[in-house]
Parts: sequence; structure tokens; C-alpha cells
Amino acid sequence: MPSVDILYTQKDIESLDYARDLGDPGQFPYTRGLYPTGYAGKLWTMRQFAGFGTPEQTNERYHRLLEAGGTGLSVAFDLPTLMGRDPDHELARGEVGKCGVSVASLADMEVLFQGIDLGAISSSMTINAPAAMALAMYLVVAERRGTDWRVLSGTIQNDILKEFIAQKEFIYPPGPSMRLVTDVVAFCTTHVPRWNTISVSGYHIREAGATAAQELAFTLRNGVEYVQHAVAAGLEVDSFAPRISFFFNSHSNFFEEIAKLRAARRMWARLMRDRFKAASPRSWQLRCHAQTAGVSLTAQQPYNNVIRTALQAMAAVLGGTQSLHTNALDEALALPTEAAATLALRTQQIIAHESGIVDVVDPFGGSYFLETLTNELEQEALAYFATIDAMGGMIPAIERGYPQREIAESAYRFQRAVDSKEQVIVGVNEFAGEEDVAIGTLHIDESAGERQCARLDEVRRTRDGARVRAALDRLQVGAGDGSNLMPLLIDATRAYATVGEMCDVLRAVWGEYVEEPVL
Amino acid sequence: MTSQAAGPARTIRVVIAKPGLDGHDRGAKVIARALRDAGMEVIYTGLRQTPEQIVSAALQEDADVVGLSILSGAHMHICPRVVTLLGEQGLSDVLVVVGGIIPDADIPRLNDVGIRGIFQPGTPMQDVVDFIRRHSRTRAGV
Repeated sequence: MPSVDILYTQKDIESLDYARDLGDPGQFPYTRGLYPTGYAGKLWTMRQFAGFGTPEQTNERYHRLLEAGGTGLSVAFDLPTLMGRDPDHELARGEVGKCGVSVASLADMEVLFQGIDLGAISSSMTINAPAAMALAMYLVVAERRGTDWRVLSGTIQNDILKEFIAQKEFIYPPGPSMRLVTDVVAFCTTHVPRWNTISVSGYHIREAGATAAQELAFTLRNGVEYVQHAVAAGLEVDSFAPRISFFFNSHSNFFEEIAKLRAARRMWARLMRDRFKAASPRSWQLRCHAQTAGVSLTAQQPYNNVIRTALQAMAAVLGGTQSLHTNALDEALALPTEAAATLALRTQQIIAHESGIVDVVDPFGGSYFLETLTNELEQEALAYFATIDAMGGMIPAIERGYPQREIAESAYRFQRAVDSKEQVIVGVNEFAGEEDVAIGTLHIDESAGERQCARLDEVRRTRDGARVRAALDRLQVGAGDGSNLMPLLIDATRAYATVGEMCDVLRAVWGEYVEEPVL
Repeated sequence: MTSQAAGPARTIRVVIAKPGLDGHDRGAKVIARALRDAGMEVIYTGLRQTPEQIVSAALQEDADVVGLSILSGAHMHICPRVVTLLGEQGLSDVLVVVGGIIPDADIPRLNDVGIRGIFQPGTPMQDVVDFIRRHSRTRAGV
């Protein structure tokens, strides 16, 4: 929670210069938003993150979400997929389809997007260590259907730095991991020009316990690191920077979250123009997705979560997000049921079509309080920038456990505040009444794992084994030299090589990262 | 309360482990610090430990308690396995507790394999500390 005064006045924003620090919506530094007409021109994309069980089950959910008025898709993969393990791997036991959908090969990706026109929808894929493999599968599905890669629109998260910092779904050490990220950026810049190549994510950093200022600081500093790597790989900044997008948490402190998105846009615009000398306004513009705070949901009195999510969603909209996911009320207990996921989408539709919030661009612009909060978050984030720059950048900082330790400290401080009731959580440490109702939750049984293993067997039996081996051998050679790995991964995917097989080839060449745990 | 029977209790030793593929370690780390601040000796194994590795850590560290943090839905696969392996190592007196996203429906089955400390979202840290103090084995006979 930010430390705030009880009253803000003109004095607090005396040094604010409208043209320099705010600008009209659509103008540098975009504090007030990217577009002159705000949401009057175009609403945000209502993109609900979904995935569970088998590709068939998730495909069915996608069709329901689109019928209910969802305007984009967002794939949640299961942990084995995210960790580059096939469903029949020993470490995948008990985990297949549990936290997301299991996608082991092209055969699964074809089912996942059955009946969905890839040329007409935008798809987001939340995957990082095997991001390049997931993108390769998506591209081959499009190719098989005759959809030109140049019209494909969507996002691959491909943000490995926040994995090292917060969510910990990494496979390879930082060096080769960054090379994979950069290979995706370079490949898409030429071949899939409408694809967002990295979604630089603060979401997981915040969920791990970071404050709003830490989320802002570490996320934007990660963004800087990606730009530096792509430039170092020989890419011209304006060729790829417009396709880097961001992903923020929208947490419970209403004004702080609005201020955070405004500060993020201003900081990124200045970083891109001044630090990287980007000349294109599109490179200066921070476009983002937002998701309400999963960590704020409570298992107790689950209907309260609908209200929490609505407030958090309003903050994201008032902050000017381009895309939004609203969490479902049952997500402290399980993956959402269809009814809960639909209600979450309805929450966005009510904000968009009933509340009037969308009628005016940046309605809080000029508020003494909100502008002060925006400035303070920016200042706090810039102080972190100075510390991380002094360490030699984000990778040395991660290797020293610096952001991890800052986040763990904040998480512990927050939990102590909850335990002491300094921070009230309704229905948990206060107002814990009798209305603790049991709600029906989604249960994913072991049959998803069995079906996925069966399809994997089928794929292995029917594919051309020699072609797979040859493609994987070429991938191995590529991993050792400097070639862009995307074309090699696409070839292996066409031959129905599995995610686990492709990741294993790179494991053999690059090794695996083991983190030094930081408490 | 057996802990009062055997003279000055030694420091309770706790292995906190994160089994499975899930990397969300906020809860594990917060609890590790809370137990440490409560005066316990805490060993955090880090991520992606197999049940075998966890039991081996418990053996090596002479742990009184093994705390598992699982948010991925794999608890019904992992928890019974840890209990079984502890038994095979003659460590059936080691207290096993689990925290994370554990649906109510799974609690009876976890109780059946001998896991009594099950901490769902929203549990105060002090409750975990108190539970471990009440139920962990004593110094006597260790």
C-alpha cells in the first residue's frame, strides 16, 4: 500500500509541466494514454486467460468464451508444457492438464484451435522457456490452414527474465535463454510482423509479493534488458520495439494501480526515446495487457472476489490498458468453472457498456493526488533502475538474487501486516462471518493425463521418425552455432517433434539453470 | 503435550520443500521466514524437488517437520508419496504438513495417509507456527 497524505493540493503538483510530463492522450510521453480518443475509438480487448485438461476441453471453452463476447484468446498451458516436458515424462506425473492445457506437439495445437480462424482472432500464449516452440506450433497450424503469417496477430509472453525473478518456470541458464528470446524477436520482425514478440510481465512479479513500485521498476528494467539484447544482436531499434508489449497486475489499491499504468507509459516513452534513441513514436508507446490480482482472491467468502475483481478491473481501465483479463471468483480454489469464467467476462462488459467510465479519456488526469502518486511511483522505480544499472544490468542483479530478495521481503512484510490486521482482508482476518459458502469448483482428474499420453504415443507411432531425428539433429547444431533457432524449431514442429524432444535437445547443449534459493 | 516431558526442547528443525514442477514459491518462502522468526531451524530445499529428494533432505537434516508447498493441483500425487518414503526411511515420526491450494474435498484423503496439518489460502502464519509447535516430535529419542 502506498503511504499517502490525507489531502493533496495544487502545491503537490507545482513542478508538473503539462507538455513535458503529461501531454494530451496520444502524445509523448503518453502519460494520459496512447490514443487521442481513448476507449471511445476502440474498447480494450476482453481477453480471458483459459486452459485446462486436454486440447479438446480447452477448445470447447474457447468457443464458449467467444460466443459470450470475448474478443481475444489467451492460452494457459499446463506445467509440463511450460517446463518443456512431455506428458509421459516422470516429472509430469500428476500435473498434466492441471494448471492449464497440455500441448505436447503440433497434433495438440491443431485441436486447440479447431474451428477458430487464426487470421481473424488475436491469440495470446503465456509461455516462456519453451516460447519459441509454442510459437513454432502456432505458425505451423496457420501454415497448414493457408493463413499467411503476415496477418497473424497475437502475443507470445516470451519473458524469461521475470521467470528467473518471480515465477521460476525457467529451463536454461540466462545466456542461452536470452538468445531464444532474441531469436523470436528477430524472426517475427521479418516474418510475423503483427505479432507481439515479448510481453514484458510485471504480473508474476507482483503476484510473488512485489509492491507496485517494484513491479513497475523490475518490469520496465527487464524491458530495457530485452531491447539491449536485440540491439546487440544487430536489430535496428525501431524495427522491433513497437512489437514489445507489457503485462501488468491490477491490484487492490485503486488509485495506485491507475497511477502505475500512467507512470509506466511515461517512463517507457522516455527510455525508448532518450536511452535507445528510438525515432518512431510506435517504439515509444507502451501497450499493455492487465490482469486482476489472483493473489488478492480469497478462498473464504468467495463471492467477495467478484467485487475485488470489479474494482481492480476498473483501475486497469482507468489506467488505460489495451487488453484485460478479469479473474473468476473461484480461482483461490481451483481453475475456474465455465459459469465463473463467464461472470468474470460480464464484469468487463458492465464496466465497458454501463458505467460510463469509457466516455472520457484519462478522467483522473490533473488530479492532485493521482499525479503525485504517478510521480512518486516513477521516482521509486527510477531509484531501482539506478541500483540495477550499477550492478551491471538485470542479469547480474538476478544472479545476485537482488530482485528476488526485494520481492520476498515485501511478501513477508505484507503477510505480517495481514496477520496483525494492519492490512484488513475482508472475510479472512476481519468480518469472517458465517457466509462461508461452498461453491462448486472445476475438478481435473487424471484422465486428461492418460488421454494426452495416448495421443503422444499415436503421434510417435505415425510420424516419420527419420525426419524427426534429422530435424532435431539440425536443431542441435544450430544451438551450438549462432543461427536463429526459429526456422529449425518450425521444421522440427512440421515433423511432429514434441515440445519435450525439442527442449531436451537444447538442454543437452545448454544445460539447465538451478537457482540459488533466496529467502 | 509430549514436548514438556523430555527436558529442554531442542530447536525444531523444519525442511520446507517445493515439490512438483510449479515455481510459485511465495508461500514457501514466507512460511520459511515465519518459522525462522519463531525460533525454528529452517532448511528451504528450493524448487522442483522430487519426493525422494525431499525425504533425503529430511534424513540428512535430521528434520522434525517436512513442510510441502503445492499450488499446482498435484498434491494428491505428491503428499502420499512423501509420507510413504519417510516411513520406508524409518522417519514416520516426522510431521508432514502441506500448504497451498488444497480443495476441501481432498482433506479426508490426506488425513487418511497421516497428514493432519493442511493449510489452505488465508491461514495466518501464527497458526502454522502453533500447529508445528504442538505436533512436532520431541527431542527425546531423536
